[in-house]
Amino acid sequence: MMARLKKYLPGGKWAVIAPPYFWMLLFFAVPFLIAMKISFSSIQIAMPPYTPLTEWANDTLQIKLNLKNYLFLLEDDLYLKAYLSSLKIAVIATFLCLLVGYPIAYAISRLPTASRNTALMLVVLPSWTSFLIRIYAWIGILKNNGLLNNFLMWLGVIDEPLKILHTPIAVYIGIVYAYLPFMILPLYTNLVKHDNRLIEAAYDLGCKPWQAFLKITLPLSKAGIIAGSMLVMIPVVGEFVIPELMGGADTLMIGNVLWKEFFNNRDWPVASAVAIVMLALLIVPIMIFHHYQQKELEGRLT
Amino acid sequence: MSAAKTSWFTRSTLLLGFAFLYLPMLILIVYSFNENRLVTVWSGFSLKWYGELFRDKQMIDAAKVSLEIAFMTACASVVLGTMAAMVMTRFRQFPGKSLFSALMTAPLVMPEVITGLSILLLFVAMGQTFGLFEERGVMTIWIAHVTFCVAFVTVVISSRLSELDRSLEEAAMDLGANRVKVFFLITLPIIAPALASGWLLAFTLSLDDLVISSFVSGPSSTTLPMKVFSSVRMGVSPKINALATLLIGIVGVAAFIGWWMMAREEKQRQRDMQLALQQGG
Repeated sequence: MMARLKKYLPGGKWAVIAPPYFWMLLFFAVPFLIAMKISFSSIQIAMPPYTPLTEWANDTLQIKLNLKNYLFLLEDDLYLKAYLSSLKIAVIATFLCLLVGYPIAYAISRLPTASRNTALMLVVLPSWTSFLIRIYAWIGILKNNGLLNNFLMWLGVIDEPLKILHTPIAVYIGIVYAYLPFMILPLYTNLVKHDNRLIEAAYDLGCKPWQAFLKITLPLSKAGIIAGSMLVMIPVVGEFVIPELMGGADTLMIGNVLWKEFFNNRDWPVASAVAIVMLALLIVPIMIFHHYQQKELEGRLT
Repeated sequence: MSAAKTSWFTRSTLLLGFAFLYLPMLILIVYSFNENRLVTVWSGFSLKWYGELFRDKQMIDAAKVSLEIAFMTACASVVLGTMAAMVMTRFRQFPGKSLFSALMTAPLVMPEVITGLSILLLFVAMGQTFGLFEERGVMTIWIAHVTFCVAFVTVVISSRLSELDRSLEEAAMDLGANRVKVFFLITLPIIAPALASGWLLAFTLSLDDLVISSFVSGPSSTTLPMKVFSSVRMGVSPKINALATLLIGIVGVAAFIGWWMMAREEKQRQRDMQLALQQGG
């Protein structure tokens, strides 16, 4: 009985592969196809608020692919501006993260082995508390009558409060603060594996510390830099919470545009088109990230 | 530069880095005990905002919904994530492997607005076609959360699995144990700490999620981040400081216990391995 059953069942290997595979296909991959489908339909006042793509009438199957939503994204320069400004903010914020994160990751990798894990945990710990609350903390610090302004005025450095909250500077501070651990972790994983003898050899051959860093450490940490940068840049392009709470009228980001199209205008087809275009922009960075992540998981390290 | 002695550069970088990471939170905690309604003006010690927080029934209800979802998400993500991690690290080739690994890494970076919108559209489409998920709420949030948490749990467990000494598993296999038995008797106990940190990671990710929940929630299921977000949008309130302090306190204590247990188990593991090696040799 069991033997016969076994013949019809796929191998035991597939019993392990199938559940996660099926779950991610159904709830992660298929939704993109549906979003793509809905991006070709038009808005209608009903539930759900979009028209079907296919119609069966008079023995003919009609498929209506409506390109209006994509044309609309091209016509109204709000969308183009939002995409460009999101990309710009994401690139600058990623660079700032790298600038702040690299020295920290490097310093942790230089610590004695016993204290490395503790230091690493201290880096990750803030991201285990709430994301919203960390942003909220900075609002209290940066706002007009906030702590930073009060402190600077008490010092006498400034007479008028500086307007920092609701400017791009606040958005950059928020992003760097919230995403820093994602930059530090892959950098650390890379840096800690470096062979110290290479640096020592460079010193013996007369290299100055900064030369050794530029010629050896930095090139060797390329994989970590790329993984960390992708881990920060890709989600930041679609970031919603930080620009919403810390940005001002001049901070235009595509995540907020999508949110407004969906929740305020209830235009699901345009929101879907915005998402599909964003996905198309991010597909190359996601593939680069995937390439490095896979290397990491399979243990083939630089 | 020897790694043994900590240089001046290392010290000052870490000091500045940790100040940047922790000072904002410290300020948040201090001002939760402020008596004044204005968050940044200190006028005396008081616990009244904690009282206000616990009397806010909506906030308490939202917290309950969030904790329930986070618990269920963490459990499901660890099961699926362990399976996925075994697949990634142990199964060399099978048809569709590259798609499988893409499905496991893409959620790590996918902007939440895209994931949230897409999965909502899936639920709506399934509602139309099969009559499933017509009522959105805890169930749909749970599915959406498991979907993005599995990827994170898989990373945590895979990295443990790939550094694991395979000879133990091979030895058990040579002695006649089948793959299932080897997994439950050898592999699972060794990776248990990674399962625990994967569980906690999924729990906190779920507890923290605002964007995806907002897309897939129903009228009867407001989560804690959704409630906090709408109240932060209104302006700064000491009640949120009190909530933040409680959260930071809980995470701090949990992290300390986790760190302590992991450190102890790591030591134990190394001792066991050494003992096994000595006896074997």
